[in-house]
Amino acid sequence: MKKFLNISIGFLIIAFAFTSCNNGESSKSNSALSTNAAEKVYIAPGEHDSHYAFISGGYSGNLTVYGLPSGRMFKEIPVFSQFPTNGYGYSEETKAMLETSYGFIPWDDSHHPDISQTNGKLDGRWIFINGNNTPRIARISLTTFETEEIIEVPNSAGNHSSSFITENTEYVVAGTRFSVPIPQKDMPIKDYKGNFKGALSFISVDPEHGHMDIKFQVLMPGFNYDLSHPGRGKSHGWFFFTTYNTEEANTLLEVNASQNDKDFIAAINWKKIEEYVNNGGGTMMPANYAHNVYNETTHTATSTIKKEVRVVNPAEIPGAVYLLPTPKSPHGCDVDPTGEYIVGNGKLSANLTVHSFTKMLKAIENKRFDGDAYGIPILKFEDVLAGSVEQPGLGPLHTEFDGKGNAYTTFFISSEVVKWKLGTWEVIDRKPTYYSVGHLTIPGGNSREPFGKYMFAMNKITKDRYLPVGPEMEHSAQLYDISGDKMELLLDFPTHGEPHYAAAIPAEIIKNNSKKIYKLSENEHPNKATSDADTKVIRNGKDVHIYMTMIRSHFSPDNIEGIKVGDKVFFHITNLEQDFDVPHGFAMIGANNAELLISPGQTRTLIWEPKQVGVWPFYCTDFCSALHQEMQGYVRVSPATSTLPLSWSLGE
Amino acid sequence: MKKAGIIMIIGSLLLLGLFKFPLWNIMLGAPQYPDPLGMNIYIEGIKGVQEFDLQNIDGLNHYIGMKTIPKAEEMWEFSLFPKVIIGMVILGVIIGLLGYFEKVSYKYFLGWFLLMSVLGVLGMYDFNNWLIDYGSNLDPHAIIKVTNSDGTPMSYKPPLLGFQKLLNFDVTSLPHTGGYLMFLGMLLTLVAFWLGRKVSLKQLNNTPNKALN
Ligand SMILES: [Cu+2]
Repeated sequence: MKKFLNISIGFLIIAFAFTSCNNGESSKSNSALSTNAAEKVYIAPGEHDSHYAFISGGYSGNLTVYGLPSGRMFKEIPVFSQFPTNGYGYSEETKAMLETSYGFIPWDDSHHPDISQTNGKLDGRWIFINGNNTPRIARISLTTFETEEIIEVPNSAGNHSSSFITENTEYVVAGTRFSVPIPQKDMPIKDYKGNFKGALSFISVDPEHGHMDIKFQVLMPGFNYDLSHPGRGKSHGWFFFTTYNTEEANTLLEVNASQNDKDFIAAINWKKIEEYVNNGGGTMMPANYAHNVYNETTHTATSTIKKEVRVVNPAEIPGAVYLLPTPKSPHGCDVDPTGEYIVGNGKLSANLTVHSFTKMLKAIENKRFDGDAYGIPILKFEDVLAGSVEQPGLGPLHTEFDGKGNAYTTFFISSEVVKWKLGTWEVIDRKPTYYSVGHLTIPGGNSREPFGKYMFAMNKITKDRYLPVGPEMEHSAQLYDISGDKMELLLDFPTHGEPHYAAAIPAEIIKNNSKKIYKLSENEHPNKATSDADTKVIRNGKDVHIYMTMIRSHFSPDNIEGIKVGDKVFFHITNLEQDFDVPHGFAMIGANNAELLISPGQTRTLIWEPKQVGVWPFYCTDFCSALHQEMQGYVRVSPATSTLPLSWSLGE
Repeated sequence: MKKAGIIMIIGSLLLLGLFKFPLWNIMLGAPQYPDPLGMNIYIEGIKGVQEFDLQNIDGLNHYIGMKTIPKAEEMWEFSLFPKVIIGMVILGVIIGLLGYFEKVSYKYFLGWFLLMSVLGVLGMYDFNNWLIDYGSNLDPHAIIKVTNSDGTPMSYKPPLLGFQKLLNFDVTSLPHTGGYLMFLGMLLTLVAFWLGRKVSLKQLNNTPNKALN
């Protein structure tokens, strides 16, 4: 009977939500047509956009690069997924990037990109993104736009409250959405409560090279840690995480995790924990996680399995962690540019809750606690509340800030973005989105200095916005001009995968640092061939290594004989070009993995295992020159018993 | 004559700029090269404007059968030119000094200028010959053969001075900093000559008067 009652309450809420969304401004509006929106997003041929937007690819495991205001897609950067377009995750050099403690995992669910900062401002050196499914954090270089490092996060599951970074890129966090037994063990699921834990991982970033290392993990009570944001300015040194399922339910969470009137925002004083750890605090715990690093001069990634991780129990560090009661399963956890306000968007709450950092410190000072959870003090709601925005919409998710004292919150159920004022909590403007908006992004949103000219909303449902393409559509993003008092919808553009969240930055901060070629003289790949004189073919048992070069419009060598069925052929190919944007491709008939796309000055290796006798062609896949079609060669494959010696040639 | 001598010395010394700055510059722009490829011609050799320009020019030129751009050691000019320039600088400075102390006539300034002009014209003539050879002495196995309307093979000779369209490339050939410094230096030696002549004519005018007294 109790279960039935719970389910009915659940249905009631959903029914309320969906009927309410039919009121008000949900009818399709074409207000953009009445303005000069087209002019505002028009980038004439040959001209550059003013901003880069890095939109997560969600279940594509990628990060896509767009221009603003045009909405044009420039690049898809493979991060957690194999990418046949260039052989990432298939070539011998890049396979190691996708190694984990579970073995090779060629996909993930990439969610929240965040750009590195110095003194609270975007510095445009790297962008970080989390892999949600197999907990991982990746670092992508913003000079090469390639994934340079991936670290797996042990003791974690559903790496969702990631990858947000502190204001000097001291740490990137990886908070677990799902709590799990730590260490993992075989136990009844119904014994979840009190036995599962949530690991919040603080990953340090080397200021010079960006290399990541898990400094410590805070083992929190078994709640779900949904989203997070670092403090900044006055609250620098703190990190805030929203929680849901403080009920610690383990089944039918839509109902059972929606029972408490208030969940929490966990406030973590990471400077305090860092000090504790630096003084030898915490314990090293056995663990098993991969750390994959790509070297730009050897053009090769290596994967190392790490065997331990430092964990800390928050109850043992007085003053390090507090819980701020926040209504109704908060999702987004967003800190304003001054660092004073912490917005907790209760998904099921009618109002938006905003906490005050100053009031929080005062309440801590006065020890105004309302009990504790597993030894972590709970503050009183009224003592930390800065104010609330009354009835702004339905299903609040995420908030960003324009740097001019305004906040913009997305409402999933009522499909809209609402602009409101910090401090007075009054709603200033609202604009519909098409449809079911998740995150929104203002360039520099997670920093002390947002660039509040544009805002874009990332929508989950696209139906009827574009020409239909069958039952499944790409998601869509919508760009708004927020420079005036009222938001103005400028553009719809399709995105690839799930545009879960995005980071954006003015183009001038990074475009001049973008690398044009890899210098051959700096190529330290062990199997490079930097001139035709270096090319050769070497047999080592059944392994045959072909050291090959490519340049417009030939491979060297282009005729190779003496390969046998059952051999394992390694094509080590170096692109000799030193010209911007002149990659060459390599495709071998019958290769069971992928093609390669090799950048100027880069070396890549593809394995081919010939299974049939014959003379088999290879060719360049990237239309590189007037004689691209002629860029080809042959491999002669003889029977396994053949005694034909290896030979290779070009121009004979 | 003191002033003229100093100007003569400065003029000759300006030639030293040729050891630091390029004499000439040739830029090649095309639709697929929005940042044009370029070569800077120094008296000691040819360098790319950007690090890999020469390699990329050679890479493109192989389609039409042009030879690769010569290295410094492959052309006698690049070992001779620096010597000639150094010689002319030393000569100019000596003439200037002698002029300053009024040991030689201003006419030597003009003499230096004329010698430098003759050497310059010879240099340009040699440079043009090289351009002709570079642009028309093509590999018979070239991948792309373009003929003029009269059936003769097209020449890819870059212009000696100015702009020309060569297939898809816009080619511009102009003096560069070193060249401009050389022209300025030569102009100064001409100024020195003119100044020396003026002073000397004045002295000439004064002398007969003195004689009359
Ligand atoms: Cu090619």
